[in-house]
Amino acid sequence: MTPLSHLERLEAESIHILREVVAEAERPVMLYSIGKDSSVMLHLARKAFYPAPPPFPLLHVDTTWKFKAMYALRDAVARDSGMELLVYRNPTAVAQGINPFDHGPLHTDMWKTEGLKQALDQYGFDAAFGGARRDEEKSRAKERIFSFRALNHRWDPKKQRPELWNLYNARKAPGESIRVFPISNWTELDVWHYIQLQNIPIVPLYFAAPRPTVERDGLLLMVDDDRFRLRPGEQVVERSVRFRTLGCYPLTGAVASTATTLPQVIQEMLLTTTSERQGRAIDHDQSASMEKKKQEGYF
Amino acid sequence: MPGFSYQPEALVAEDIDAWLELHRTKSLLRFITCGSVDDGKSTLIGRLLYESRAIFVDQLDALEADSKRVGTQGQEIDFALLVDGLAAEREQGITIDVAYRYFSTERRKFIVADTPGHEQYTRNMATAASTADLAIILVDARKGVLTQTRRHSTLAHLLGVRHLVLAVNKMDLVDYGKERFDTIVEAYRAFANGIGIADFTAMPISGFKGDGITSPSPNMPWFSGPGLLQHLETVEVTLAADQGKPFRMPVQWVNRPSPDFRGFSGLIASGTVKPGDPLRILPSGKTSTLARIVTADGDLRQAVAGQSVTLTLADDVDCSRGDVIAAADSPPQVSDQFEATLLWMDEQEMIPGRAYWLKIGTQNVSATVQPPKYQVNVNTLEHLAAKTLDLNAIGVVTLTTDRPIVFEPYAESRTLGGFILIDKMSHATVAAGMLQFALRRAQNVHWQALDISREAHAGLKNQRPAVLWFTGLSGSGKSTIANLVEKKLYRMNRHTFLLDGDNVRHGLNKDLGFTEADRIENIRRVGEVARLMADAGLIVITAFISPFRAERAMVRNLLPPGEFLEVFIDTPLAVAEARDVKGLYRKARAGTLKNFTGIDSPYEAPENPEIRIDTTAMSPQAAAEQIVERLLGDR
Repeated sequence: MTPLSHLERLEAESIHILREVVAEAERPVMLYSIGKDSSVMLHLARKAFYPAPPPFPLLHVDTTWKFKAMYALRDAVARDSGMELLVYRNPTAVAQGINPFDHGPLHTDMWKTEGLKQALDQYGFDAAFGGARRDEEKSRAKERIFSFRALNHRWDPKKQRPELWNLYNARKAPGESIRVFPISNWTELDVWHYIQLQNIPIVPLYFAAPRPTVERDGLLLMVDDDRFRLRPGEQVVERSVRFRTLGCYPLTGAVASTATTLPQVIQEMLLTTTSERQGRAIDHDQSASMEKKKQEGYF
Repeated sequence: MPGFSYQPEALVAEDIDAWLELHRTKSLLRFITCGSVDDGKSTLIGRLLYESRAIFVDQLDALEADSKRVGTQGQEIDFALLVDGLAAEREQGITIDVAYRYFSTERRKFIVADTPGHEQYTRNMATAASTADLAIILVDARKGVLTQTRRHSTLAHLLGVRHLVLAVNKMDLVDYGKERFDTIVEAYRAFANGIGIADFTAMPISGFKGDGITSPSPNMPWFSGPGLLQHLETVEVTLAADQGKPFRMPVQWVNRPSPDFRGFSGLIASGTVKPGDPLRILPSGKTSTLARIVTADGDLRQAVAGQSVTLTLADDVDCSRGDVIAAADSPPQVSDQFEATLLWMDEQEMIPGRAYWLKIGTQNVSATVQPPKYQVNVNTLEHLAAKTLDLNAIGVVTLTTDRPIVFEPYAESRTLGGFILIDKMSHATVAAGMLQFALRRAQNVHWQALDISREAHAGLKNQRPAVLWFTGLSGSGKSTIANLVEKKLYRMNRHTFLLDGDNVRHGLNKDLGFTEADRIENIRRVGEVARLMADAGLIVITAFISPFRAERAMVRNLLPPGEFLEVFIDTPLAVAEARDVKGLYRKARAGTLKNFTGIDSPYEAPENPEIRIDTTAMSPQAAAEQIVERLLGDR
C-alpha cells in the first residue's frame, strides 16, 4: 500500500478541521485576506463541503489600502464560489482617514485589529477561520489549531486548550469565540506547491513584472495609486519585482525577481535565504511583536 | 556551532520541475523529541533544521540578537531560543508548551513536535506524542539513563508511539566510546522490556558536532547502523499500517445540498473502502453498501485511511454525526462502561462522580469517572493508591457514559480509543484518556419497558410531577421554607414528598462524608430518588445545600424539561452565620468541622434559578406562598 503523500495528508487534515467547526460552531465565518494562504484555505473549504457550497460567508476586513489587484481577485472569487462576501471597514478609521503614511502602527491597529473585532461582534460570529501557519513566525509555532478567545477577543496563553489526536474542543460560553487555523501545519513551500498542483487562482502580484517602485527604509515599495506620498529625494523606478506576502501596499515590501511562473517562484524561494515575513514592516517593531498583537486580538 | 552550511539540493537550481515532481510524492512523518536542554535537545533540533535548510538568514540574525539579550550561553548562540516561542517562557527560561517545526529531506517531509522535559509538563508531552509516529528519547552519554528518560519512554509508550529511538547524544564528550554506548543501551533495554516496549532503535550521535545525523559517523566505525535522519526517512508511517486494518470512518457532517443527495463526510480512521463494499452503521447496526466516494476532484474508485471523503450509501438508512461507518463483517464494539487510562490536564483536580463531556472521534456524550483504581508513578510505573487525579497525574479508572459509544481499544485505534474530557462549566479540556476495554457490553443491559407510564401515575393523582430543588447555604432557611411549602400543598390535596438533607444522611447516604466527591455522590443519589418519585407522579421537594452548579445541572438533566425548578434560598453568608441555628458555623470557624460550605468549601450560587428567595426581604410564610404560586401558576 502506498502511503499518502505529505500534501494529501495536509489536505485531509485541513478538511477535517473545516468540517469539525461547521459541525460544532453556531455561526462560523472565513476571514479572507486575498493572499495565497487565504486562497488555499478557501480552496480547501470548497473541497470539504463539495457538492454543497461552504456553509459560511467570507469576511474581508478591509483597510482601503490593499493593492488594486487584490480587490479585483476578491470580487472574482466571491462570484465564482457562490459564497456570500462581507466587506467590513472600521467606520472610525474611515471617518478619521487613518492611513499608513500619517498614523504608523495605529493604521494596523485601527483597520485590522479593531476592524476585525467590530466585524465579528456585529455579525455575531463565534468561530472564524484564518489562514495563519505555524511556520510563519516563532510565536506562531505554538499556536493551537483552535485558538480560544475570551470576552473582548482577548487571547490568554493560559486558557489555550491542549489538542490531542485530532480532537478539538469547540465548546465555549456566550461571548467567547474561537479562531481556527485549518492550514496551521502547512509550510510556505506546501502552500506554493499546492497552488501549483491544484491550479488555484492567486493575485498576479506574486509573479514578477515591471512595477513602479520606491526604495524606503530598506523595503522596496510599490506605488499602486496616487495616494502614495513620495519623500524628498525619492524616485519612482520601474523594477522587475514580485511579492512573497501581500498586505497594505504602502507597508508591503517587494523583492527583486524575474520569476513569472509558479515553479520559478518556488525555485527562487528555495534558493533565497530570508523568511517571508521579512517583507512586512509590521513585525519588525520588537522580537515578540506578533505575540503582543495576538494578545490584543490581531489575527 | 561548526558545520551548519547546508546547500539546497542541486536539483532545485538545475531543474525545478523535476525537483517538484520528486517532492510531491514524499510521505510525512511526525515525531517528537524528548529530553531536557541539558541533553542537547535544542541543539539537535537546531541541527536537524539546519541540515534540512529550514532556518533562514533573518531568523538566524534574530536568534543571534536574542541570544545576546536574554540567552544563557554568553556570546554563543543559544539554540533553546530557537524553539522557545512565547515571551513569558523566554523570561522564565522554561518551555511550557508544544512547538511544531517543519523540515524536509530528499526523501521525506517531517513535522517535529518539541516538548519540554520537566515533570510538570507531562500534559504537553502527551499532547505532542498523541499524533507522533516516532519518539526520539535523548540521553546524555555522560549521564546515561535517568529518571526523565524513563518518564519520557513511559509516556511515549502509553500514547502508542510506534517507533522509539534511543539517541545517545554527546558521544564526542565520551571519546566516541563503544563501551559507554553499549552500557547505556543495555540499561535502557532492561527498563524498556519491563514496561512492555518490545522494540527500540539505539543510535550514537553528537548533535553539536553533527556525528551520526545525516550519515554514519567516521568517528564511530564500530556502529553499523544508519544516521539519525536516514532512519527517520525510512521507518514505517503509522497511517500506512492503519490502512491494513478494518474500515472505520466516524461521520463528521451530513452533506445535504439538495433532496436527491445525502453524503456522509469524514476522515477515514482505518482501512480501505470501495464502491460495492458492505458497510455497517454503528451504534444502530444497520447495514448498507457503499455507492460512491464523492470528492471535488471527481469520484474515487477507492479511499484509504487518512483521507477526508464524502460517502453515499445505496440505501436510505439513518446516519448522522457521531455515528461510525464500518466494514459490515468486522464492526467495532459498542459499550457504555470502560476501563480507561486517564491523564489529568487541569489545575482543578478530577472530581469522581461529576459529569464531564466526553469527546471521542465525532461522538459527544456525558461521562462520569469513578475514583481511580490506582495512580501510576510515571517515573517508576509503580501503582499508587489515589482518591483523585490532579494536574499531570496518570491513573486507571472506570468510566461510564450516559449512552453507548462506538469504540476500539486505544492500542488498536487512536481515533476510536482516544478521548478528551471537557468540564461542563468552564469548557476547559481537563483530561485525555485512552480506552483499554469495555467492562460490559451495553447491549446486555436493557431498560425494562413498563406498562404503567409516568403519565398514568401522574394522571391518577391529577397533577403534574415536579421537583422543587432548594439550594442555599447551611442555615439559609431551606428546611423551614420547604416544610411550609409542603404543608400548603398538602392542604391543597397535592401528593408531595419532602427529601431533607439531614434526614437522608441518616439512612440512604449514611456512608457518605463531606468531601467534594462525597457531596457529589450525595446529590447524585438524591437526584435519582427524586426522579423516581417524579416518575411516580409526585411533587418532590428537596432541601440540600447542593453547593455545586455541575451537580444541580446533572439533576436537571435527569428530568423532562420544565419539571425541575431550582429554588435559590438567597441568604448572605454573614446572615446565615449570625443565625447559626445548629452551631455549625462556630465549629467550622474554630476548625473542628472541615469542608464546611461557605467557610472552607465553596458555594456556587445559581446563575438563573427559576425562583429566588431573598430571606432578608421576606418572611418564610411569604416565601412559601411565592413558591407555591410559581409552581401551580403555570400548571
